[in-house]
Amino acid sequence: MKKNTKINLVLLFLVAALAVLPLALGLGDHKKEPFTGSDAEAETAITELKPDYKPWFSPLYEPPSGEIESALFALQAALGAGVLAYYFGLRRGRRQGEQRALERAADSTLTGAAGKSAAERD
Amino acid sequence: MHIAEGFLPPAHAVAWGVASAPFVVHGVRSLTREVREHPESTLLLGASGAFTFVLSALKLPSVTGSCSHPTGTGLGAILFRPPIMAVLGTITLLFQALLLAHGGLTTLGANVFSMAIVGPWAGYAVYKLLRRSNAPLMVAVFFGAFVADLSTYCVTSVQLALAFPDPGSGFLGALGKFGSIFAVTQIPLAVSEGLLTVLVMRLLVQSSKGELTRLGVLVARKQARTGTGTETEVAAR
Repeated sequence: MKKNTKINLVLLFLVAALAVLPLALGLGDHKKEPFTGSDAEAETAITELKPDYKPWFSPLYEPPSGEIESALFALQAALGAGVLAYYFGLRRGRRQGEQRALERAADSTLTGAAGKSAAERD
Repeated sequence: MHIAEGFLPPAHAVAWGVASAPFVVHGVRSLTREVREHPESTLLLGASGAFTFVLSALKLPSVTGSCSHPTGTGLGAILFRPPIMAVLGTITLLFQALLLAHGGLTTLGANVFSMAIVGPWAGYAVYKLLRRSNAPLMVAVFFGAFVADLSTYCVTSVQLALAFPDPGSGFLGALGKFGSIFAVTQIPLAVSEGLLTVLVMRLLVQSSKGELTRLGVLVARKQARTGTGTETEVAAR
């Protein structure tokens, strides 16, 4: 494996470890509902600080269930990942294409030179 | 960092909207200029926006026992400067507000201010500062992304504390409360974001040297070898 690839894999591993450790170590166990979103916790904090506060506007569209919501989140991530993958795939393909073109050019000048020298020998 | 729909009093919602609008308008101008002058950068612009899309959809567990998500704004800010990131961040926030009921239209101004304006600018400033003091590229990228992420959540805490000061301890008391919910949770996630941004930047250095040189992320060596215009300073980790 190339050194570059190794470093990239280590980076990915570190990110995965950072995500898994809080779960593995049970860092949410002290809570009634472990691992809720911090956005929701902030909403709770608001209602604690100002119990009479009523949100004065509600979302125009709300996913009807948790499943639909997670589907939409997955869609968001998939769209992003798709575009990123397209970008890097395209770049890699272009680079390989350029390299091959260079090699071909080098080959043809080489064979051209060889042909010439062969002709000179005759 | 998404303040939920209707969860900021009208006056605050309007004020943050007014504060954000000029940045976004200026960003749209920079974006159209960039695309007009360098049509070849459209692809990388798309990739930067895509990075924000992925990262802000990734809800990750944190040491505080709650979940939060990175912002992904550091990368675009470093590549294309913060004004352009203001637009890309706003698009992401709009998508989430309209389709996911995550964040909201009335709180869009406040959320744009934290995630698409302060985050990118703070991250970019740290990145530039580190680069000026000759830090290796990847170190600067890591801390740039880390700060972009964390500062976003600090701003959200300030915004909420301003709107909902603690009846007893006032603004500071509320800031402590929201800060412990957002900022502390965010620290490990900001590290993750830093690492992921470094990963993507490494891939970009491998795949898009020419583009990074044009954007000033990589510095062209002064004709190190004659004839090779693409000779660039290969970044160390």
